[in-house]
Amino acid sequence: MLLSPAILALILVSAVICLMLMLAGGFAIQLLRLWDINSGSELQLRLERRTYLISTLLTWAFASELISLMLFIYNAESMSGQFVGAMCATGVLNVNEWGWPTLFLKIVIFFSGTIWLALNYLDNKGFDYPLIRIKYYLLLLILPMVVTEFYVQTRYFLEMDPDVITSCCGSLFSVDAKGVAAEVSSLSPRDAIFALYGTGLLVMLSGTWYLLRKQGGLIFSLSGIAAFVAAIMSIISYISLYIYEHPHHHCPFCILKSGHDYAGYTLYVPLFLATSLALAAGSISLWRRIPSVNSAVEIYAPKLVYLALILFNIFYALAAWWVWQSNLSMGSIWQ
Amino acid sequence: MIEFIRKQAYLVDFTLSSLLRRKGKNFGLLFVYTLIVFMLASVMLFTHSLKKEAGIILQQSPEIIVQRLVAGRHALIPADYIEKMGRLRGVTSKKARLWGYFYNPVVKANYTVMAPDHLVLTTTEVIIGAGIARTIGLDIGDYFTLRANNDTFSFQVKDILDKHSELVSTDLVLISQKAFRVITGIPEGQFTDIVLSVRNPREVRKVAEKLVQKLPDVRPVLREEILRTYDSIFSWRQGIVFVLLVGALMAFVIFAWDKAPGLSAEEKREIGILKAIGWESGDILRMKFWEGIIISLSAFMLGYLAAYLHVFYSSAVLFEPVLKGWATLYPQFRLVPFIDGLQIATLFFFTIFPYVVATIIPIWKASVTDPDAIMR
Repeated sequence: MLLSPAILALILVSAVICLMLMLAGGFAIQLLRLWDINSGSELQLRLERRTYLISTLLTWAFASELISLMLFIYNAESMSGQFVGAMCATGVLNVNEWGWPTLFLKIVIFFSGTIWLALNYLDNKGFDYPLIRIKYYLLLLILPMVVTEFYVQTRYFLEMDPDVITSCCGSLFSVDAKGVAAEVSSLSPRDAIFALYGTGLLVMLSGTWYLLRKQGGLIFSLSGIAAFVAAIMSIISYISLYIYEHPHHHCPFCILKSGHDYAGYTLYVPLFLATSLALAAGSISLWRRIPSVNSAVEIYAPKLVYLALILFNIFYALAAWWVWQSNLSMGSIWQ
Repeated sequence: MIEFIRKQAYLVDFTLSSLLRRKGKNFGLLFVYTLIVFMLASVMLFTHSLKKEAGIILQQSPEIIVQRLVAGRHALIPADYIEKMGRLRGVTSKKARLWGYFYNPVVKANYTVMAPDHLVLTTTEVIIGAGIARTIGLDIGDYFTLRANNDTFSFQVKDILDKHSELVSTDLVLISQKAFRVITGIPEGQFTDIVLSVRNPREVRKVAEKLVQKLPDVRPVLREEILRTYDSIFSWRQGIVFVLLVGALMAFVIFAWDKAPGLSAEEKREIGILKAIGWESGDILRMKFWEGIIISLSAFMLGYLAAYLHVFYSSAVLFEPVLKGWATLYPQFRLVPFIDGLQIATLFFFTIFPYVVATIIPIWKASVTDPDAIMR
């Protein structure tokens, strides 16, 4: 176990988010059982008031989840000096089998959170809270993920053992110990390029389709997820190589460092924003038929799709630009 | 969009004037909040810079230090070990070093005495670190004395080491090898340790492995290991200080819970009036949210700025002894300012996050109360 402030902060945050969601989850069960919008009872009034608290709590919880995702990566980066063979964040995540699951869970929770917040926003626009049950069912689905994340992350940090000098034998033991794998394996560049631009095309088409016909929001969301996955794989597979100008360095985290002009932020910020907007757009477009939120869906869903498309385009342009401006040339090697 | 921004601007405006109406309470809160940020930020900035500094210094040190062990203790290493090592592929230079510590009871400090072979010094000449020169008031040409083996040896100060390297050289005394052997009684042909330079960092561990096979009684200490150890030790010390400060943090959270969103009769009345003139619960929540943001950000920036000044302009007077270690000949050095996302995000989670969590429920309680119930 390592007692560094960043680790303490990450564990603290996960624990608090867990508590917040448990509180909300308990309330969700109560609400799902007792909610009756037509009733004027004191209980119903209390429930309605309580929803304000839950919205606020969850907004904060998901915002903190985003910051903790960033902190998690920064922390992995900064601890790379403490493990034999770990050159950067990738190596630190490979230290034990809990590293990557924690990262993936954090990303999934963040995206689920944006869906929840979008639904919540839409729900508050309708006078009769038409989505309230769906919203709280979704919350009950997110809760186990948050608890798992807390567990997995705690295991990850508890089972870390830094390779420090012991008084008895100096480097002897670290010679015996095998270092952690410093690299991530990657898709072949050709497949990655096809996946990246194929899903990109899919996003553009489904987005335009939605803007023209007001249909297929869900398809847009799903193609957004596919585009996200393809984009991450392409960053690992070939975009990062061009940023590092090194034919074997695939790390998706080192591009966040100052040494590479913070190139990672120019890719990840539009990508994450675009994906979460696409998810939000799809999740609210489903409720067009409900009369009380119909007008809100008509206003907000196209806006979200529009923004998501712009951001996806920015991402693709930047991804192409980083490859184009690089001094590395892999054309003759990859054919 | 413009509508939205304008609405928020009015809310901020209202919140500010409402905060200023209760100066005493809010400045009290701000003060305590700033203090918490200041303490945590000082610790972080200071240890982070020390880590950086250690890394920079060790960049210059040799890749492998070879020590001989006798009965598990560090012992002198014979010069012929260099030959015994033979030719190790990848090693660019092998050098035997002669060095040790001397305790001076007068200034109650330890000197690090080295006999470098690349400097030409006569047996009566010495080069000293700036810390020693400052403490005993010596200048070039003055006489410097070492007491050892019931004897006193005087040297003439030939030079004083550069101020820029003071963190490492403050207590350093450089003398000739001959003088060193006379003072310490280390016989000819024996050395303190052997250092190896390895050009390619990937070969370092292999070289160390070969060394241990050839010479079973030595232990190689790698530079990367020292760096790793420093890294974890500094993080660990920082963690310990943070854990100790958690008590203060908890007190602050309780204080915030109790005070921040203000459920004093007067504030309750204000909320009641606002609701009576048409504010919704959501508006009250938003106003209180801005209140929290204003207080948090002010405290965060003030605290961080104060910590920055404290660490980089006053050398962290408050925390220095705990975090740096103990020594009488303290080097005077200006740390290199270094700020990164990791620090800011960690600090955010230790200060703003608990504050927000602690105030959500009281704020919500205030915002959903019925106006008539409050004003009555």
